Amino acid sequence: MFESLKGFGVTFGTMFKKVVTEEYPEVKKVTAPRFHGRHQLNRHPDGLEKCVGCELCAWACPADAIFVEGGDNTEEARFSPGERYGADYQINYLRCIGCGLCIEACPTRSLTMTNEYELADDNRQDLIFTKEDLLAPLLPGMEQPPHPMRLGDNEQDYYVNGPQLAKAAETKEAGA
Amino acid sequence: MTIAPDKSTELVVPEGHVKLVIDGVEVVAPKGELLIRTAERLGTVIPRFCDHPLLEPAGACRQCLVEVEMGGRPMPKPQASCTMTVADGMVVKTQLTSPVADKAQQGVMELLLINHPLDCPICDKGGECPLQNQAIAHGRSDSRFHEHKRTFPKPINISTQVLLDRERCVLCQRCTRFSAQIAGDPFIELLERGAQQQIGVAQEKPFQSYFSGNTIQICPVGALTSAAYRFRARPFDLVSTPSVCEHCSSGCAERTDWRRGKVQRKLAGDDPQVNEEWICDKGRFAFRYATSADRITRPLVRDADTGELRESSWTEALQVAAAGLAQARDKGGVGVLPGGRLTVEDAYAYSKFARIALRSNDIDFRARPHSAEELEFLSGTTVFTNPDNGVTFQGIEKAPAALLVAFEPEEEAPIVFLRLRKAARKGTTKVFHLGQYTTPAVEKTSGTLLACVPGAEANAINALPDHAADVVELLSKPGAVILVGERAAEIPGTFTAVARLAERTGAKVAWIPRRAGERGALAVGATPNLLPGGRHVANAAARAEVERAWGVEEGSLPAAPGRDTTGILEAVANGELAGLVVGGVDPYDLPDPVLAEKALENAAFVVSLEQRHSAVTARADVVLPVAPAVEKSGSFLNWEGRRREFGTTLEGTGALPDCRVLDTLAVEMDADLFTQTPAAAAADLARLGDGAPTGSSLNVAAPLQSPAGAGKAVLATWHRLLGNGSLQVDEPHLAGTARPVVAKVAEATAAQFGLATGGHVTVSTDRGAITLPVETDDLPEGVIWLPTNSGDVTVRATLGAGHGSVVSVSAGSTSGVKS
Repeated sequence: MFESLKGFGVTFGTMFKKVVTEEYPEVKKVTAPRFHGRHQLNRHPDGLEKCVGCELCAWACPADAIFVEGGDNTEEARFSPGERYGADYQINYLRCIGCGLCIEACPTRSLTMTNEYELADDNRQDLIFTKEDLLAPLLPGMEQPPHPMRLGDNEQDYYVNGPQLAKAAETKEAGA
Repeated sequence: MTIAPDKSTELVVPEGHVKLVIDGVEVVAPKGELLIRTAERLGTVIPRFCDHPLLEPAGACRQCLVEVEMGGRPMPKPQASCTMTVADGMVVKTQLTSPVADKAQQGVMELLLINHPLDCPICDKGGECPLQNQAIAHGRSDSRFHEHKRTFPKPINISTQVLLDRERCVLCQRCTRFSAQIAGDPFIELLERGAQQQIGVAQEKPFQSYFSGNTIQICPVGALTSAAYRFRARPFDLVSTPSVCEHCSSGCAERTDWRRGKVQRKLAGDDPQVNEEWICDKGRFAFRYATSADRITRPLVRDADTGELRESSWTEALQVAAAGLAQARDKGGVGVLPGGRLTVEDAYAYSKFARIALRSNDIDFRARPHSAEELEFLSGTTVFTNPDNGVTFQGIEKAPAALLVAFEPEEEAPIVFLRLRKAARKGTTKVFHLGQYTTPAVEKTSGTLLACVPGAEANAINALPDHAADVVELLSKPGAVILVGERAAEIPGTFTAVARLAERTGAKVAWIPRRAGERGALAVGATPNLLPGGRHVANAAARAEVERAWGVEEGSLPAAPGRDTTGILEAVANGELAGLVVGGVDPYDLPDPVLAEKALENAAFVVSLEQRHSAVTARADVVLPVAPAVEKSGSFLNWEGRRREFGTTLEGTGALPDCRVLDTLAVEMDADLFTQTPAAAAADLARLGDGAPTGSSLNVAAPLQSPAGAGKAVLATWHRLLGNGSLQVDEPHLAGTARPVVAKVAEATAAQFGLATGGHVTVSTDRGAITLPVETDDLPEGVIWLPTNSGDVTVRATLGAGHGSVVSVSAGSTSGVKS
């Protein structure tokens, strides 16, 4: 008799506490700003890819989730400043453990992680993300590669003066 | 517990050795050994860039500094251990025990890194880079250099294959020393002085070498890279498999690096007995034939209704092939042409298949000009040679003299050329080339050209005692060698003359074919007159021995020697033979391509075992796909007779080796070969063992040379290393390093035919004509040299001619010639 009253007491007491239930998927949870979500391959301000296909991310990956193959930029088809670009880039999210070692290894800050965490599917094939899935969206002022270097004559300009050049291009565009 | 000092640990210094102390450890070293090697034997690795055990010491990079004390007095400065030889009583302190040496090494590393771009992420060497590794192990953690680095424009092509990135270079000079010392192609050199010092090539002469890939492999930084491997992969995601080169008969050790079922690159393996640490560019770069678009992966059967090849199941293809071959066998017989590129195991399967399933001796591996004299020589002597009793690579190095007969080492067996050059550079070996002109190989082996008209080689050998007694005298010294090339089969009497000369002088003779599988095919009896192990088919006892080992009925093996390649093709063309089983044979390599075409057209039934579509598959009734070398295991027998075993590099591709295909085909024909796998075939072959040497009775007279006639010249021709070979497809960068396609004539001959320097010449026979640029060289008069199969020049297919043929020569117009 006393025991059951005690039990209802817990129920009654909980009614006045803060609700912990997540209303997912109706309400999406806001993650911590540095949450390790889906990867993104970033672009230079003119749309060229930052990835140089160096495979250091694949090397760093403890789960062997990343596959990269480099390629040669030519004058006709340029995807990134400099000589080399990532011709093939795949991340297998069935394997990825979200540790973030890959983004630490990236020498060009091409690979970063977004806060997107909705990575579930009903088949394995779709969970291997290819370069098209991972590349950052084209922002205003960006142009879909391949195209020539717009922000300088060589890759040095991109790496050393990239932000200033982008800003200069922006103000010029705004002025025109 | 205390241990009494053991007196017996006192080091004994043998004759010719010295005793020194390295890092407090007493060590005995042979006189003349470099400090860096002695330390290495102790397990102390001194960092280095320029030092290479097969190159002469240079002391260029200064990375290997150590502290040295002689006779109790320390040397004032740290010394380079890669140039200093050991001495008695020397006390050496490496970076392990000496802060001075360690600081010196760190200082040198900092200096080397001043101008190094540190672009490791995009550099092909990243991950396997001695500079990267040693900078981490022996360098400072930060740099004090904050000024601008010296920069150069990004890579320059020093050939279509080799790219040079001068920023990354640390000027160790391994590449220039390799080119100058080992390959003898000094087109790459140090230029400029001081801070602007750099590696470069002469403007007018491109870096052209058959060994350029080795400079890429020994470059300790990423300064030299290959166009073929550029940005393809990283060392950590490559799987390395030891392998053996499938191109020439040297059988070089290689390392095949592959990724995701695709070969990415090949590197030279280390085998001091064969290739040391070098391979030629063909062995290194020509491997994409296995992934080319025309590769056959499914069996093909010719459809009875449409007359076209269609894909089929293995079961159907094998049934059709077996039924067709059985019928052809009973209607007249089937000839077998296995080709010269098979492994020992595969060739053995062909040999057994011909004898048991087709009950015939009509089998010949020689898919090139050949002669009965050659076969007699090979089956009498060559088949019984091995590294213990015959000529070896190391034997060449020790030989007092080497006579090269109808053999162009740099083009036909490049590693033999490297050994000849090494021996010649040491000054112990005198090299004589019996050929037509002073080829680069003659110059680079410091050789003597014994020039003769093509076809007169045999006469020239017979005349040696009269005209060149010094050559005969040198050849009479113990250890002298005579190397005979495959071209000798085109010149009647050459083998007879060589055998006589060898008998007279006591020199050892080696036959060096061009293709990897020829020596092995000879050993397993893929010839009309031999059973495996050099047993003669006409020898009843030998036949009985083989019958017992194979478990076949007594007396079932055919006793009469069969037809050779030309004989088989003639017999098929005129209907004596009904069928053909063809392996990797290109009809346009044969002495008479027209006859081959006619035979293929006339044959009632043709089975082709091929990797890629060819002129044979175009005509075949059944095409059975077989595995390329990387997708199967097996072994090659190199020209020394040395077994060069290799395992499967790419597993699970589903491609079957020839021996497996033939085994299953034989089962369909009610015969058991027991060659289901290369291992089974090798075991079956090993059970058989070798036969007893028989010796040969060569007696072919050297022909008398008649003048060529007006408007005619005698043709000299041989294959170049890089040309139109079917294993060199899909390699544009490699093809760009081939030598220019030109005809060569003597100046007098050029004047006689009115050929202008820089102009064109037309060479013709009744079959066709070739027009190509012409150059003058030191050929005998009335002789014209053409590459056999390079670019537009296809001597056999277009002219139907060979070495020693008489051809018409006239000044050609430039029209109709592709540049």
